Amino acid sequence: MWDALTKSAARNIFYGGSAFFLVIFLGLTVHSCNYAQSTSTDEKGLNAAVINGKHTWERHACINCHTLLGEGAYFAPELGNVWKRYGGLKDPQGARETIKAFIKSQPSGTPGRRQMPNFKLTDKELDDLVSFFEWTSRINTQNWPPNDAG
Amino acid sequence: MKYETQKIALAYFAVAMALFAIQVLGGLIAGYVYVFPNTLSELVPFNILRMLHTNSLIVWLLLGFFGAAYYLVPEEAEREIESPMLAYLQLAIFVLGTLGVVVTYLFDLFNGNPFLGKDGREFLEQPYWVKLGIVVAALIFLYNISMTVLKGRKTAITNVLLLGLWGIAIFFLFSLYNPKNLVLDKMFWWYVVHLWVEGVWELVMASILAYLMLKMTGVDREVVEKWLYAIVALSLFTGLLGTGHHYYWIGTPAYWQWIGSIFSSLEILPFFAMVLFTFTMVWKRKREHPNSAALLWSLGCAVLAFFGAGVWGFLHTLHFVNYYSHGTQVTPAHGHLAFFGAYVSLNLAIITYAMPQLLGRTPYNQVLNMVSFWVMSGAMAFMTFTLTFAGIVQTHLQRVRGENFMDVQDQISIFYDMRLLSGVIVVIGAFLFIYSVFVPRSGEVIAKTGVAPAE
Repeated sequence: MWDALTKSAARNIFYGGSAFFLVIFLGLTVHSCNYAQSTSTDEKGLNAAVINGKHTWERHACINCHTLLGEGAYFAPELGNVWKRYGGLKDPQGARETIKAFIKSQPSGTPGRRQMPNFKLTDKELDDLVSFFEWTSRINTQNWPPNDAG
Repeated sequence: MKYETQKIALAYFAVAMALFAIQVLGGLIAGYVYVFPNTLSELVPFNILRMLHTNSLIVWLLLGFFGAAYYLVPEEAEREIESPMLAYLQLAIFVLGTLGVVVTYLFDLFNGNPFLGKDGREFLEQPYWVKLGIVVAALIFLYNISMTVLKGRKTAITNVLLLGLWGIAIFFLFSLYNPKNLVLDKMFWWYVVHLWVEGVWELVMASILAYLMLKMTGVDREVVEKWLYAIVALSLFTGLLGTGHHYYWIGTPAYWQWIGSIFSSLEILPFFAMVLFTFTMVWKRKREHPNSAALLWSLGCAVLAFFGAGVWGFLHTLHFVNYYSHGTQVTPAHGHLAFFGAYVSLNLAIITYAMPQLLGRTPYNQVLNMVSFWVMSGAMAFMTFTLTFAGIVQTHLQRVRGENFMDVQDQISIFYDMRLLSGVIVVIGAFLFIYSVFVPRSGEVIAKTGVAPAE
């Protein structure tokens, strides 16, 4: 069978098959984009605070210690569900204040413990960042993570 | 070396090796911070260290690919590179961008500036101006190489290599697109990250391996190139829809759990095919090439990529396994051996092959180079084992028993101690390698008898 396969046949299979799978992949991407915007995320709730919170998250490269929906650096805790872990579902105001206070209290300086830098965020930046966490916690992630520990 | 412009590769390989040194040192410091977490915590925090570690890796691997293209395309196309001046300009842009990145990260310059400040999406942290520079440099490169190939002889090796390099440039364009919606952001982020390393980079890898096999074993081009098309067909047939294994838990539809599990399980096939290919070619070899170190790296590349990318990828790719292991130390275990096996080893193979000819020296400094292979590979394998154990224990404690992240980390610290040890040995191996390819020696330590098998 291997001898029956000529080089040009192998080449045609490669180009044709790759194009075939690429088209399927692109089609599923379009569908998934629509699904994300209509079903799995709160597209309407994507307000200025959440968007600014996302930018705050990005410009301090938080992802290079933390994970967000399981993606990131594994050096520090998962934050996709930090809102839920801090009791945001029952007591939104309390969770917001606790998360902000935690960020502001860093670094702890405790010997032998991983240190989070102090990014000197303004109160508005902190609020926006927490809004971004709150928005992210409502994404339909197919029930991931398995528990609140993240 | 038949063509004068192949010399361009030397500059690319030199810069690549300098960044390789920075990459492993950055990794070593980051591994040290895992064990002694107060180190540098105010001066250069872990997130900056990690950005330097991953970014320098990506840039040096790309520079290695470019260097490999400049080295092998003249021989394949049977003509000189279209414009050596453009090739050096492209390298200059890359060096400037790299320096800009390092300075921006270390001193956190222009924080928040959309054009000059860092864009902190994982691996794509480069400031916007650097990203644009990369695009410009990539276009210069593609023009230069495409023109060389179009006016010269066209072979399967250059076809696949060019397709891979064009794919790298096209998918990188998605790094310029950062949607406000986090789910869309993540989806298209994988268009760069996954479609690079589990897509078009495999095309580059397979074509460079095919070139090395062609040169070192003397097997007929027809045979080598048929293998090449079969391998890259398997890569893209499985790798494109295999992207689905990143779409399980990020707000994408549930059908990705089926598609991702099935297709990404099959992603092991192209790597297995590369093992079969390289070993079959060596068994059927028609000549004894004197550069046995390059052959060792080529075979090692195929084997380590099979284990790192293939086996360790499969380990946590099924959605019902990944539900528990996603985002634990299992991922970096796989990531380290996959990158080392597939792309680091590939670059070191082509550099080992090309360097003696670029420097115009023979015999090769084989023994030291081969020692560096075993030192680096052994230490990377050990690092992978330690992180795998760390990940499995973490998965159980955190995902099954629900213990807090930091409590779990304290319980698995012994694995990080052992990882640091293996990291030290990787760095030693890396410096041995760099020394062995750059510093000439008067004679070979062990003279070849001429009949010994090339492994």
